Amino acid sequence: MAAELKPGELRVLYFAWLRERVGRSEDILAMPDGVSTVADLMAWLAAREPGAAAAFAQPDLVRCAVNQDFAPAETAIAPGDEVAFFPPVTGG
Amino acid sequence: MARISVQSGIFDIAAELAALTAGRTDIGGIGSFLGIVRDDHQHLVALTLEHYPGMTERAIAAIAAEAEQRWSLLGCTIIHRTGRMTPGEPIVLVLASSAHRQAALDATAFLIDWLKTRAPFWKREEFAGQGAQWVAAREADEAAAQRWQG
Repeated sequence: MAAELKPGELRVLYFAWLRERVGRSEDILAMPDGVSTVADLMAWLAAREPGAAAAFAQPDLVRCAVNQDFAPAETAIAPGDEVAFFPPVTGG
Repeated sequence: MARISVQSGIFDIAAELAALTAGRTDIGGIGSFLGIVRDDHQHLVALTLEHYPGMTERAIAAIAAEAEQRWSLLGCTIIHRTGRMTPGEPIVLVLASSAHRQAALDATAFLIDWLKTRAPFWKREEFAGQGAQWVAAREADEAAAQRWQG
């Protein structure tokens, strides 16, 4: 089961080929300084490690959800949020 | 109230139809869509469906609620499988019941169109001797979903 967040933390989830490139399905992070939107978080994650840089190399192929609702890149995020990154969906 | 299930196991279509009609005589028709794992070129070994537990059920419930707003449905069933499946296996079932056929058929088409473009599932295909790859989203699917806008 998912670990509880401590105050000030953010849960980040990765699915499909984003999960493969990052090399993990989940990160729990202290809310980084200077990050206030999904787009900020993508840039911060991409600058942190090569796997994430590869995952976010084509931002037009990355979709996002904040607290399990689809959300555009300009969506504001705050500690306690669950932010998920994934490719365009292909179910059905 | 829709019946929604995200499950790895196979589903029983006859049992699902029986559950929709049990104890009622006001249903005039049930629209149905059964999605099947397709192999276009005889190379597909298996399809694996990944999803986002929690958000998946929430997204499907929102899609079903939208259908119930747009058409007068008497019932609705959406079952989507996840995990590894081989060609020929059923993958998704959509049923919509109504007093009249047009609502049942239209709602069924709407539900599968939106399910393909607005629920967090991802398909990964395994090919004989060629490894595996994630399926890219198709513009035709988005176009099909867009026709219900507005």
